[in-house]
Amino acid sequence: MAALGSPLRTLRGLLRELRRASGPAGRPYRDTAAYRHILAAFRAHRVTSEKLCRAQQELHFQAATYLCLLRSVREQAALHQEYHGKGERSPEEVAGLVGFSLPQQPGGKG
Amino acid sequence: MWSGCRRLLWGRPTPVRFPRSPPAAAGSGPVGPGGGRAYAPPAERKRFYQNVSISQGEGGFEINLDHRKLKTPQAKLFTVPSEALAIAVATEWDSQKDTIKFYTMHLTTLCNTALDNPTQRNKMQLIRAAVKFLETDTVCYRVEEPAALAELQKNEWDPIVAWAEKRYNVAIGSSTSILGPNIPASTKETFVSHLASYNMWALQGTLQSRKPCFCLVWRKNTRFSAGATWSGPMTMISVSCALARQLGLSLFTSVQRARL
Repeated sequence: MAALGSPLRTLRGLLRELRRASGPAGRPYRDTAAYRHILAAFRAHRVTSEKLCRAQQELHFQAATYLCLLRSVREQAALHQEYHGKGERSPEEVAGLVGFSLPQQPGGKG
Repeated sequence: MWSGCRRLLWGRPTPVRFPRSPPAAAGSGPVGPGGGRAYAPPAERKRFYQNVSISQGEGGFEINLDHRKLKTPQAKLFTVPSEALAIAVATEWDSQKDTIKFYTMHLTTLCNTALDNPTQRNKMQLIRAAVKFLETDTVCYRVEEPAALAELQKNEWDPIVAWAEKRYNVAIGSSTSILGPNIPASTKETFVSHLASYNMWALQGTLQSRKPCFCLVWRKNTRFSAGATWSGPMTMISVSCALARQLGLSLFTSVQRARL
């Protein structure tokens, strides 16, 4: 069972990911709806009278999952950019490898 | 290569170009057949919008790309029931830089599937199709030799099976025969009724994961954070599934109290 760690770490991680993911830097990431929503949600659940607040834990779990998603997407994109393959050859090129050329079929295949 | 990986993932936010990368980026269109450049998929769409925002309509929350409403592949209006999910989808669209990379927008894909239902299955059909995989779940199939592999399987997979058995009070077991474990019907009924308690959105999110051992591991995943044994893309997809499930589920409970 993975311990979630402190909510502060999750929050910081989320904000960091949002900063990295913010689009063509027209507006700062602080303007985005996601930033405001996350901060509001964390603030709303911060103070609770019960020792074990279920809504708080649920929120934290969701936030941790979302953080994992953002992080993984960013890392996968970076890995793909660095190590992606050349892609496949088109059928024409494959035929050309052995000296053939595909027939011209103006009406389409079959 | 590993130091390159480390630099990529933990270093500064991505530098623009790497000297070793091929001269044309992955998104470039195909060059002529004699050009020597391999075929690449059709050029990706450029980002054609500046702002992404969400708004609330009658059916739920909608995404606006520069005053245009987002639609699903089947041209239905893209409506999500919960605001958190809408904001997450909007963030995905907003984080696209010059070109739109659809393979990074997992939540959008899941929402499209949930809205369009392209295979036209209702809830019970989905559940039954999924529970059929329980009999062929990879985690239940063990080998007897080589001993090191058998040991590894025992150490990695036994806790998962034990957890699932304890959590749902069922008997699953594992088997080394070719026929696989004999799963009693009561086990299947338990899982069917458990899955039936999710609403359609949560169900679509949960069942999108096609990995063979999803039957047990997706359940583990909703409790555990992504384990180190998973590769990156599967982690991400299963995490996005888990997230969609949670968001759908949280909607469900809130609607039950008050009202993907």
